[in-house]
Amino acid sequence: MQSYEHLAPSRAVKIRQRFVPFVVMALVLAMIPVFDPSRTMYSLMAAMGINIVFALSYNMLLGRGGLLSFGHAVYFGLGGYAALHAMNAIDAGESAFWSNYPVFMLPVVGFAMGALAGAVIGWPSCKRSGVPFAMISLGVAELVAAAGYMFGSFFGGEMGVTGDRMVGPQLFGLSMGPVEDVYWFIAFWTFVGTLGIYAFTRTPLGKMSEATRDNPERVQFVGYDPNRVRYLVFIFAGAFAGLAGGMAAVNYEIFTPESVSLIPSGLVLLMAYIGGIRYFTGPIMGAILLTYMQSMLSDYSEAWLLYLGLLFIAIVMYAPGGVAGIVFGLLDIFRHDGAREVLTRRVKQAVGVALAFTGLVILTEVAVRWSNGYGEVFEPFGLHLGIDTPLSWVLIVGFFAAGYVTLRLARNKEEETA
Amino acid sequence: METIVFSLLNGVIYGLLLFMLSSGLTLIFSMMGVLNFAHASFYMLGAYFAYSIMGVTNFWIALIFAPVLVGLVGAAVEKWGLRKVHANGHVAELLFTFGLAYLIDEVVKILWGRNAVDYRVPEVLDFPLFELFGAQYPAYRVFILLVSVAMLAALWFILNRTRAGLIIQAALTHPHMVGHLGHNVPRIFMTVFGVGCALAGLAGVIGGNYLVTDPAMAVQMGPIVFVVVVVGGLGSLTGAFLAAMLLGLMQTFAVGIDASFADMFGWLGLSATSEVGSITIASLAPMIPFLMLVLILMIRPRGLMGDREL
Amino acid sequence: MKLVKSAALAAAMGFAAMGASAETVKIAFIDPLSGPFGPTGDAGFKQFKHAAAEVNAAGGMNGMELEIVPFDNKVSPKESLVQLQKAIDRGIRFIAQGNGSSVASAIIDAVNKHNKRNPGDEILFLNYAAVDPAFTNDKCSFWHFRFDSHVDMKMSAATDWIADRDEIEKVYVIGQDYSFGKAVADAAVGQLAEKRPDIDIVGNELHPLGRVKDFTPYIQKIISSDADAVITGNWGADMVLLVKAAIDSGLEAPILTYYGGSLGAATAMGEAAVGQVRQISEFVENYPTTDAQIARIEDFEETYPENDYYFHRVYNAVHFLDRAAEKAGSNDPVGIAFALEGMTHDGPYGKVTMRAEDHQVLQDLFVSTFSADVERDVEDTGLGWTASDADRIEASATAPPTTCEMDRPSR
Repeated sequence: MQSYEHLAPSRAVKIRQRFVPFVVMALVLAMIPVFDPSRTMYSLMAAMGINIVFALSYNMLLGRGGLLSFGHAVYFGLGGYAALHAMNAIDAGESAFWSNYPVFMLPVVGFAMGALAGAVIGWPSCKRSGVPFAMISLGVAELVAAAGYMFGSFFGGEMGVTGDRMVGPQLFGLSMGPVEDVYWFIAFWTFVGTLGIYAFTRTPLGKMSEATRDNPERVQFVGYDPNRVRYLVFIFAGAFAGLAGGMAAVNYEIFTPESVSLIPSGLVLLMAYIGGIRYFTGPIMGAILLTYMQSMLSDYSEAWLLYLGLLFIAIVMYAPGGVAGIVFGLLDIFRHDGAREVLTRRVKQAVGVALAFTGLVILTEVAVRWSNGYGEVFEPFGLHLGIDTPLSWVLIVGFFAAGYVTLRLARNKEEETA
Repeated sequence: METIVFSLLNGVIYGLLLFMLSSGLTLIFSMMGVLNFAHASFYMLGAYFAYSIMGVTNFWIALIFAPVLVGLVGAAVEKWGLRKVHANGHVAELLFTFGLAYLIDEVVKILWGRNAVDYRVPEVLDFPLFELFGAQYPAYRVFILLVSVAMLAALWFILNRTRAGLIIQAALTHPHMVGHLGHNVPRIFMTVFGVGCALAGLAGVIGGNYLVTDPAMAVQMGPIVFVVVVVGGLGSLTGAFLAAMLLGLMQTFAVGIDASFADMFGWLGLSATSEVGSITIASLAPMIPFLMLVLILMIRPRGLMGDREL
Repeated sequence: MKLVKSAALAAAMGFAAMGASAETVKIAFIDPLSGPFGPTGDAGFKQFKHAAAEVNAAGGMNGMELEIVPFDNKVSPKESLVQLQKAIDRGIRFIAQGNGSSVASAIIDAVNKHNKRNPGDEILFLNYAAVDPAFTNDKCSFWHFRFDSHVDMKMSAATDWIADRDEIEKVYVIGQDYSFGKAVADAAVGQLAEKRPDIDIVGNELHPLGRVKDFTPYIQKIISSDADAVITGNWGADMVLLVKAAIDSGLEAPILTYYGGSLGAATAMGEAAVGQVRQISEFVENYPTTDAQIARIEDFEETYPENDYYFHRVYNAVHFLDRAAEKAGSNDPVGIAFALEGMTHDGPYGKVTMRAEDHQVLQDLFVSTFSADVERDVEDTGLGWTASDADRIEASATAPPTTCEMDRPSR
């Protein structure tokens, strides 16, 4: 009998990979208020926390289960709506149960609703995988979004449903009014959500989900039903999306039918994919990056969606591992021989990309201002770059050419070494 | 009576537009397995190109050159984008076109502004053609009908009566075999992708001034095109045609029906004041395509006329 | 690497923008600036900028410069709250919004909550176009001021006009399927039943907001119903497309609109709509007025050649704000709110009053007609809106009682 015990990770590795990251995460979350962030920072971090859980739950489908969904916001939205209705029930205080239910625990309601929605909608959708699954999720998302405007008593019509989070019994002495209180709420649930989703990947079901993604036939051979595995994973993914929805309900105190539409579903797909669907931390990075872009970059550049689209296409074409893939790839370099050589090449590539990208940014920014027609002009670092200024075009062409040449050189080098 | 006649006319025109838009996607999807998320974006590009060309010359030149330009853009996208992603599988391709749709949207917003442009029906065609039951019928709609039918005939002729068409038909069902026979399959793919996009562009040229030319037109059309392709079935243009007409007619007829659920299911005790009872058939119109999509995928995964499952 | 680069760029641009913003009072303009309703929001934004420039030229608000900061909400209530939060985070204390009663409702809610939770940091909401009657009735708030006449007030002008015309026997009501469209329909049905019980409402239809691209089926329903008049509350693209389809299909009944003057409508309507389309508004471009007002109109149309002067109420809002700040002696929102209550102004189109009990503006209204023979046209079409004294409805005639029970803070 051959023993495989030596292949199992050692205790030290287990601690390093599974325990330490969560301790670090908890510490970081606990330390942030020490730096006394501004209100804007608090709003931003709340949005990030919600999106982290949402993107992680999406990756349970796409990354771990190989199921491409275009309708994940449905579960986020339904969870959020359920939490808001619960919030209003707490406010009304008609039943003994709700009047004693703290607002802090509302994400649990979202979790339950998300699971329920996943169980109902997943039943027909999970009979198929691949492109048909994607199309069914698209159809379901459109149906639910249309229903959102029809069933006013649950979705609240165009106005949506609003609530007041400063009701019911307080937990941990948090009134939930000021952003600082909401931060603790978000931090707590972001941690719980991340931990929960990580724990799920360690369960036998989580492992089977990866097996079903890679080879459903073999899964069948060993006696599992791939549809059943997909269905169960789908329910859990819906539940965690609902949890994120519950967090959003408390944070924004409003949900409108458009939150179940295709647009947020598309955005969560971008978050997970740009972050890197092959890594557990990928969607976290994607969520942080995209939330930052959405709320900060959109103030500086109206063309932020263009940059987002470009980033996404670049990742699909050249870096399928996403941001996490790039980061871990860089870390990997140091572990191997010839690190210096690879590193120089990567730096060259990075410089080339940066140069070409600068040219693109100038082109876009000049074009956006010209297109608006307010007579505004792009003026970075005191330069005056109009659509008819020769300098703009010199810079654009110059940066592009420089970037192209640098990339070319890096590639030639690569071919030589290969 | 008049409602029926008008709904029929409008439904047929809408259906033909839908077919023109989705015929290209059916070809691409059947042959390459790529569900092109950006297909409706090419439809939008067609409308905007036509608007710009019309600003310099006239509508007739735009009618010819705008689809050609869109086709060239499509071929370029296939050659330098899609082909590279092909190795990573269908999901990567789908994601690539998904990102492309975002990108085209934004570029259109920068080049032509974020609001609707004043892309108008050419003056020669801007008159009421005939009067029916007291309402006038614009000549331009009949023009759309004629262009669509002409395109339909041309497509049928090319696919069934020319050598190139036969190769394409063969590649639809047996891409590997066609490759083994020595045809340049990547080039066929590029051509089909370009032609498919050009057809979408043509739909944009004649649909843009019939409806509205604004940056949201792609997002509104995109999902419906998928429905046509999936419901019609893989590898079947006839199926796509049937699905497009069916959708066009159902959607226009639904708008004209005043009945609510309470009227239909009143015998079950559904009251007109209840939430479900007050839903009218008219307000269900936008939902019909997606209901069909989900049902078809669950009940008959190969679509109406498809020869194989998705 | 891209990231670092873009972040650095963003930071650089951010610093450049910060330098200029000392010693200004900011108004956050939260309205659609893109999408189907983008042109409407953009027109309002330009008018706000022009009105602010007027105040600044006259020495500013208590000596401080007034600045309008745009926030794009895409007519979504949720996005509006995100933008509102952003505005509050930047220290902006005045909010202006108009397009979409669903948005206004969300903002009123959020402003009430914010002011309750952050005493000493209050914000004020200047509503220039959201006309759901509830905002100055059941949902009234001390922090909300409406500078437009609400649905019922405008409808009473429209129904008076219909009641005077005996040849109108059948009326068709069509509108957008949301709170505002429903309010218009209810007001039309209710008021017509009261003023002309013999009139038959042959159609009362709601269509999805901003999603219908071809109104022909709706128009054909109207034509086959033999309606003698059509009432619509549609605005933005829905208004333009509805009228465009009506003209194309040869609908001949007069169309009474709330927003027939909105951007793009005149171009779409053209000669065919002359004498047929009417509008209920507080401003008519060709109504005889003062020289100062004419100079203001001309200055606006010179500054923004692509736009026509339309939102006269924006000037009322900005000047009321300025005068209230002067009266209160500070730019603090609470003081300004108290000063605004009951304020009056003799404007170029009659007396304007901010009613203290519900914060609803009272002003004269006009039922104007789209005509070919005009001095000042719109959108370079040679066509424009005219009204005579007979089309003028006094403020008192349109002022309904209110059910508002205002909750005022202690001074």
